[in-house]
Amino acid sequence: MEIASHITLAALGQQILVGLSRTTILFIVSSGLSLILGVLRIPNVSHGSLYMIGAFATYSVATLIGGTTGFWLALVLAPLLVALLSLVVERGLFCHLYEREHLMLLLFTFSLTLVFGDLVKLVWGSDFRSLSLPPTIQGSFTLLGLPFPRYNLFLLVLGPLVAWGLWFLTNRTKIGKIARAAAVDREMVAAMGINVSWIFAAVFCIGCFLAGLGGALVAPTQNITQGMGHAIIMEGFLIVIIGGLGNIWGALLGALIFGLTDAVGILVWPQFAIVFPYLAVVVVLLFRPRGLLRSTW
Amino acid sequence: MLEIKGIHTYYGLSHILFGVSLSVKKGEIVCVLGRNGAGKSTIMRSIMGLTPPREGSIAFKGREVAGVKPHLLARQGLGYVPDDRRVFADLTVGENLEIVARPGMGGGWSKGRVYEFFPPLGAIDGRQAGFLSGGEQQMLTIARALMTNPDFLLLDEPTEGLAPLVVKMLAEQIARLKETGLTVLLAEQNQEVALNLSDRGYILDNGQIRYSGSIDDLRANEEIRRKYLLV
Repeated sequence: MEIASHITLAALGQQILVGLSRTTILFIVSSGLSLILGVLRIPNVSHGSLYMIGAFATYSVATLIGGTTGFWLALVLAPLLVALLSLVVERGLFCHLYEREHLMLLLFTFSLTLVFGDLVKLVWGSDFRSLSLPPTIQGSFTLLGLPFPRYNLFLLVLGPLVAWGLWFLTNRTKIGKIARAAAVDREMVAAMGINVSWIFAAVFCIGCFLAGLGGALVAPTQNITQGMGHAIIMEGFLIVIIGGLGNIWGALLGALIFGLTDAVGILVWPQFAIVFPYLAVVVVLLFRPRGLLRSTW
Repeated sequence: MLEIKGIHTYYGLSHILFGVSLSVKKGEIVCVLGRNGAGKSTIMRSIMGLTPPREGSIAFKGREVAGVKPHLLARQGLGYVPDDRRVFADLTVGENLEIVARPGMGGGWSKGRVYEFFPPLGAIDGRQAGFLSGGEQQMLTIARALMTNPDFLLLDEPTEGLAPLVVKMLAEQIARLKETGLTVLLAEQNQEVALNLSDRGYILDNGQIRYSGSIDDLRANEEIRRKYLLV
């Protein structure tokens, strides 16, 4: 067993950067989950499936159009497609269930994972897909004497942008403020003449857009498979729980903890790397059972 | 303007209102007096569509509205001030007002005019509503309802738990609201405030109307007041 004998400062630095890129995707997915959880009070189990659909759709759009343009267009179109799908599901089915008890909603979103899973099989078959980055985005630049992929740099820039966008949406726009009010007291918002149902639809759509965006971003970095939704939903819920339910900044903090312990774990003890993020979750929950930041529940 | 006939309202299995009927004409302030738990708030919630009655009818401006969704009722001109205040605690005072603003029935209320009406609120525009005092929160809930420009206001125990000076100030402002042409249904435990403000009154006890009449009759009838209102 060799532990930590080969670690150089540069390798650690590079691994942290890689971990931060992974953090970006985790944050984008779990912030959407957290948004829906905080405002609609629904743990959307099908969030991972939407992430998977986002990845498959990115593959299709990118290969259909091809080239650099196709790739960038896919990053925009695939999440929009996911958002559209979620809007149909919300208006068609979900919005009639809000008054039901929590367990029913949970079961409903679970049933959606099965439906979405089969949908993916119908459209894309059961084979995995892989999407390579267009040549213009491939390659790395040298950082601290080690190569750092350019695509990861793009992720590192995008992460804070999405965080800022979400902050702006919830704190500076009218719909965001109404959503924050509705998260705490939806009845009172309705009594002031606001149609809460449409606010919920919008929030659900934005949350699912983020799931799709996460899937689109991850598409060129790993195999696109049937099971990818299950892995991310577990991680997403853990991140949201350690961050504080419904708290966007909590999702960021949780994703940072998860992504960094994962990345550094691989460096320190590769055989057991998968354990580190979960260990971090356990430690956080031991000391802060309600999550690191204030939960909106 | 508002005509309630024989409504029965339940919370789950518990039967709260037993055939309550009351009416409010345009321009009136009508009070519903009753002890804690008599069902005053339930009347308000029934009208607002938050806890729709299972039987009976509610007509607002001549249209049957029992069972209509709250946000649609608010858009027809109903303003609601709940008894437990329920400000949007995460938002600032200003944001509480901005997000609900609508032209409504054309009362001409804007954030600026609401702040002129309740000067203390203007001074704390940027403060988070969860950190306000009871009196400030009460002003904010009334101000918030005004921002929807209603022509009928449901005021549920606006003076509950407030200091005498604040109660006096609020009572004066409610009287001024009447002068602007607003019609008010006021639920109160505080007899003095309610009797001073109102044109007519009802006494509610155990979910039933026990008495209705003019304010002068109510004042004169000490026996009724003692029987149903003294704690």
